[in-house]
Amino acid sequence: MIIVKNLIKSFKDGQTETKVIKGIDLKVENGQFIAIMGRSGAGKSTLLYQMSLLDEPTSGEIIIDGKEAHTMTQDQKTQFRLLNCGYVFQDYALLPELTSLENVVLPLLMQKMDKKVAYAKAKEALEKIKLGHRLKNIPSQLSGGEQQRVSIARAIANHPKILFADEPTANLDNESSKIVMKFFLQLHKEGQTIIMVTHEEQYAKMAEKVIKIDDGKIVSIHSSTN
Amino acid sequence: MSFFLNTKIGFFLATRQIKKASFWTTGLIVFVMVLTFLNLVVVSGILVGLIEGSIAAWHNQYTSDIMISNLDTKDYIENSPSIISTLKALPEVQYISARYAKGGTIEANYKTKKETDKPNTASAQIIGINPMAEDQITGLASHVAEGEYLTPTDYDKVLIGQFLLAQYLPVESPGFTTLKNVGVGTKIRMKVNGITREVVVKGILKSKVDNVSMGLYVVDSQVRELIGRQDNNVSQIAVKLKNGADVASVKNQLLLRGIDKQAKVQTYIDAQPKFLKDIIATFAILGNALSSIGLVVASITIFIVIFINALTRRKFIGILKGIGINGKAIEMSYIFQSIFYALLGSGIGLLVVYFALVPLFAAYPIDFPFSDGILVAPLVETLIRVGLLVFATLIAGYIPARMIVRKNTLDSILGRN
Repeated sequence: MIIVKNLIKSFKDGQTETKVIKGIDLKVENGQFIAIMGRSGAGKSTLLYQMSLLDEPTSGEIIIDGKEAHTMTQDQKTQFRLLNCGYVFQDYALLPELTSLENVVLPLLMQKMDKKVAYAKAKEALEKIKLGHRLKNIPSQLSGGEQQRVSIARAIANHPKILFADEPTANLDNESSKIVMKFFLQLHKEGQTIIMVTHEEQYAKMAEKVIKIDDGKIVSIHSSTN
Repeated sequence: MSFFLNTKIGFFLATRQIKKASFWTTGLIVFVMVLTFLNLVVVSGILVGLIEGSIAAWHNQYTSDIMISNLDTKDYIENSPSIISTLKALPEVQYISARYAKGGTIEANYKTKKETDKPNTASAQIIGINPMAEDQITGLASHVAEGEYLTPTDYDKVLIGQFLLAQYLPVESPGFTTLKNVGVGTKIRMKVNGITREVVVKGILKSKVDNVSMGLYVVDSQVRELIGRQDNNVSQIAVKLKNGADVASVKNQLLLRGIDKQAKVQTYIDAQPKFLKDIIATFAILGNALSSIGLVVASITIFIVIFINALTRRKFIGILKGIGINGKAIEMSYIFQSIFYALLGSGIGLLVVYFALVPLFAAYPIDFPFSDGILVAPLVETLIRVGLLVFATLIAGYIPARMIVRKNTLDSILGRN
């Protein structure tokens, strides 16, 4: 479970301080599929970055499975992300010099996993998202949709507690977006906690709960009708 | 997080980055490293080689392995024939050359000179030699640039060093003069021990050893007659030892026989002139200074290369940290890359030095004014320089990687400052 209490994030530019998140309280149960929506600049991605421990909140608390994540050091956060979080970025964020298989296996090797087991798991994750035939291709040899699927395989290979996705379909065509969302639904059915930022209503509706943000505040929380 | 795991992941990342790096970028970095390595090894190697060339010339063309010379209080060696007999009896001795040496003056164009003309004279060391023995020791015949070498029966014939002739040394400083209009076949006057002889220049000697290039070589029997040394006491005895003989040990044997009471007994190293010793010390300091500057340049070069590399890959460093890769592992990957560039650059540099430059300089020495410069690059010292270069590179690679890795993860991913 993720508990967010009075989360504030502001950016300083010289003397000017801009508050992007203005005191958000939120609770995400294990196994939930949450979509965070809002117009551009509303603070939805910033919220995701704070919850996923990629950024430092200005103030407030983030408690993940009872652990006070906001008090962790950078190294502890890195280790926590490695063991508990999976990330899917809008621009896929794959390492260009690594093959699909190597991109997926890297975090597994970092977890001290046996090399053979790690490669087997990475291969399994890629096969699960129908990329078993693209194991040795580097990102530049893959389409946008395929790259995003590699990114998802990397995020889920070690069954993280939470999967964070920042606009995962924003750079994809309709067909690829549907494949990605279908895969997210399948993961959700398997019990995966997913927190996804999107501005596309049709995909947000696929989530269990839709949180709308505007001007750094939650303006509504709706359970999806789907 | 264990050091071993970070090293393993760092190596994993480094090998992939190197494999997928642009051929031209890698080539350029390695080329810079090769140049840096050559700067470290060759510049100081040539400096040392310049001196080595000078030392070798001094050794081979003048002193040979051991030089026995008159004490400062005398201008000859007492009991020279006895010392020569002792030397000949030593099994390590291969050849000896006994020399008479006496200061004198030489004059040219004295027949055509008007009373008001400044005399065409120069001071010279008159050296009496056995031509065959001297050639065995110093290869003097091979330094005759014009004319012919002396034979034992030559009388009133001389070899003149190039620095006594204006056409070879057109510099006149106060108190130092050279002879003008003198070549092979020219008659000159030689004045030694108050006796003047008219002699013919049979040959001109060209050597980078001043004692040879400023000497006037005459057959020993004539010098002995001129300076009145009927006791056969000479001024110098150059001793060449057989291959493998220990110079210091032979010197000690001579000292044990008390020869040092009648003469100075010096190895070719002891007999090096002070200016040579000063230059050796100066060039050693200069070589170290240049090497240190070379190391700093190498460090800065690799720092810039790794910094630009890490900066352009800042987003990917952020992604690596984002997906949980430890910062130390990322730093390790840059350290491995730095070491790779340093080792590859040094490896190519070693091949260039030992298979191209050293043989090239040995075959075609650099024509310095006082020596034939070769490239001296002892393997152990070169390997120490490789070690220093790798270490400096390692540090220079680590620092920029650390600077970029320490930046905020999200800022790196999003390219924010």
